[in-house]
Parts: sequence; structure tokens; C-alpha cells
Amino acid sequence: MTKLVYFAWVRERIGTVEEEVDLPGTVETVSDLLGWLKGRGEEYEAALLYPEVIRVALDHEHVGHDEKIGEAREIALFPPMTGG
Amino acid sequence: MTAPRISIQREGFDIAAESARLKEGGDVGAVVTFTGVCRSEDGTLEALELEHYPGMAEAEIGRIARDAFARWPLSGVTVIHRYGLMRPGDDIVLVATASTHRHAAFQAAEFLMDFMKSRAPFWKKQHPSGDESGQWVDARDTDQAALSRWDAEE
Repeated sequence: MTKLVYFAWVRERIGTVEEEVDLPGTVETVSDLLGWLKGRGEEYEAALLYPEVIRVALDHEHVGHDEKIGEAREIALFPPMTGG
Repeated sequence: MTAPRISIQREGFDIAAESARLKEGGDVGAVVTFTGVCRSEDGTLEALELEHYPGMAEAEIGRIARDAFARWPLSGVTVIHRYGLMRPGDDIVLVATASTHRHAAFQAAEFLMDFMKSRAPFWKKQHPSGDESGQWVDARDTDQAALSRWDAEE
């Protein structure tokens, strides 16, 4: 199982803070994951309508969309950061 | 090099105490402090909500601080970032750097803030007066562009 965590408007649109999922074998990269999630329901589709703006972290580290998910245990999805 | 002091906290911070702490770190000739403050947006803002990713926020700021130590001769770095509900005038973030000379301290403070803006996992939501649900702040292209100048500069 992999833990998915969501922040800011991604969290609001999906409607949950975090969830455990069983990723299918076809999901190898971050991009695959975003595509798979989009098919899980209209909340996901609304959150991931423009996947290119979604930032992703594998086990607390920023990665690009072509990165392999590998053995990551916690995957975070969020919009571009606006701290500081 | 001493380890950076990084704190992600709900409560406010004491700038004078943080500056004093940095002076204990060696032959310090310069301490630069930057404080990010919640704007009132010309009186329209009731509150600003700050969300963060616990665990990653500390890890990412640690990576940024280590980069700063690698680039400049610093004796200390302090980063405090608040989360929760801010009111106009409240302090949000503190970046403080200490070095023997001012150049390194100034440059490192600006470097840290530039990277914090676009890399540290924090998100702001504005609550204008009379708007309960609020609006997420959009990331600015200029913040992203600010990072590229550090590629070339020393």
C-alpha cells in the first residue's frame, strides 16, 4: 500500500487529506499516477484537470513527472508553493 | 559550520532573541534578519491562512540551508516559518544569517528567501473581509524566475 497525501486546493477538490491506495502495476512514473488518479472519480478529475501544474513529492522530496515512483511510501500532491 | 536552526511553528517568534542566539556561533561580524509580514492588502484582508506539509517542510528548508552553507562562509542560519491563521501585521517568516562579514550574510538571506518561496511546501489562503471560504494565493512566475539568477551568481 502507498500513502497519498494532498494539500491546499488539491486536498479541497479531492475532498480528503490522505488515503492508502494499492497502485496497479501499470503505474510506474509520477505521470502514470496522475493519469490513474484522474480516472478515480470526478473529484479527482477536478483536482487534476491540469496535471502539469501539480507538484509531487516522493517521501518528502520534490520530483519531476517523469520520475519513477519506485519504493516510495508516501506520495504528496499539491499546487505550486506560496510560502515565505 | 553549526547546524541550521529550523522551526515550523504556530506561535510567533522573538527576532532579538534569535539574533542574539546567532551571535553565539563564532566570530560574528554581521547578522542579517529578514521578516516576512502579513499584508493588509489595503485593508481588505481579514486573515491569511498558512497550510504546510509537516515533515517535508523541515526537510526541504534543511536542504536549502545546507546549500547556503555550501555557497557562503556562514557561522549560522535560522529559519522560522509559521503556519495557521495570521492577521495583517503578524510576522510570518524569519530568515536570519550570521557571518564574519556582511556580504555573505546579505546574499545568503536573499538566497534562502528566494528558495523558500518556491520550494518550501507552504500554501497561503487569503480570507478577505466577508469571505468565509477564502481564496488560495496563486504562485507568482517572478518567484520562480528569482531562482535562476542564483545559477550564475556567486
